Amino acid sequence: MDYKDYYAAMGVARDATQDDIKRAYRKLARKYHPDVSKERDAERRFKELGEAYEVLKDPEKRAAYDQLGKDWRAGQEFRPPPGWDAGFEFSGGGYTDADHGGFSDFFETLFGRGGHFRAGGPFRASYGAARGEDHHSRIEVGLEDAFRGATLGLQLRIPEYDAQGRLSSKLRNLQVKIPRGVTSGKRIRLAGQGGVGISGGSPGDLFLEVHIKPHTLYQVDGKDVLLPLPITPWEAALGGKVKVPTLAGQVDLAISPGARSGQKLRLKGRGLPVPGENPGDQYAVLQIVTPPADSAAKKGLYEKMARELPFNPRAHLGG
Amino acid sequence: MAVEKPGEQPEFEYRLSLAEISRCCGVTAERILIMVSEGILTPSGTTQREWRFASSDLARARSALRLEQDLGINPAGAALAIDLIDEMQQLRHRVHLLEALFLNDRHA
Repeated sequence: MDYKDYYAAMGVARDATQDDIKRAYRKLARKYHPDVSKERDAERRFKELGEAYEVLKDPEKRAAYDQLGKDWRAGQEFRPPPGWDAGFEFSGGGYTDADHGGFSDFFETLFGRGGHFRAGGPFRASYGAARGEDHHSRIEVGLEDAFRGATLGLQLRIPEYDAQGRLSSKLRNLQVKIPRGVTSGKRIRLAGQGGVGISGGSPGDLFLEVHIKPHTLYQVDGKDVLLPLPITPWEAALGGKVKVPTLAGQVDLAISPGARSGQKLRLKGRGLPVPGENPGDQYAVLQIVTPPADSAAKKGLYEKMARELPFNPRAHLGG
Repeated sequence: MAVEKPGEQPEFEYRLSLAEISRCCGVTAERILIMVSEGILTPSGTTQREWRFASSDLARARSALRLEQDLGINPAGAALAIDLIDEMQQLRHRVHLLEALFLNDRHA
């Protein structure tokens, strides 16, 4: 078991006042709250922070933790010294009102496991039948699957409490049918696929939020699909027909003479086919690419253009 | 490991009654009413009995409750935070799109 440095996790000194600790918690909680933060490890950081605060905000737990001494380093192999908690009384079985589902072994060894179920959960009194917990998760859908519809395998890690209230997690494989034309942010409910009911209660539901996975070629904006389309300077100047990939296969796209970089050309109805709505469109976003002048012949062509094409793109800059 | 078959067809863009959204959030209907009055949730239907909450409302409600509990803010503060988070997400998406489409130097 690894030692946890709760002071370091909160960025406060070991002699910080309770006010300092609360201020530090609020500040970091705003920064790492998973609803607010987009940082990759926000959820892990937020849980660590919650655990640290759970200990440091409570004078009894803090005093007990301090008694372990300050010579431990985070991550160091840790065994509590025998009788380390003599003389301490942890009110409420060690837990207060936080969500303890994700607290570390370190925390549990020091402060024990308290209430059987997480606060704020749908569990009612401990007698009689109770409905199972709802589960919330997200499902990553490839753009091609969203376009065509697919049945996707989904692996969920389901937290489970046993009869003694111990938390473990179970891996669960599920098949989810994704209809064609699904877009990011769409939500799915799978009735009865959540946690099992208690004492004969009905099972909870599984709620999923769809996320379209990043694609190597396309960007997705709601039901529209955008494709950066490189073209040559002569295709831009003279116009022409180019082959463009779409989700339904390659199509011809006409470029009018005088095309500009950044111009968006619409391929109507080539986006995601959202049911009950007009299908999305695909946009090809033109990017004019100049060939490198990496041979004498190519340099010659550019020099010929420089001589024969009077053109000053910086006229408006006074250049 | 055995793969479970779906028991029922997945329901897309489901709608929830006041009782259902309260149960899904693990709170009393009174907490939901406060979120409606703060404009966090916008059910369709005129009377409370007819109210139907969109699936996006469930996500907003859960987010608001987490923010209230974890950051010690009141429902009005949570409403503001959620609107700002939504706006920030839309802006992040626009920035991402613009960078991918117009600052793309892979072909340069």
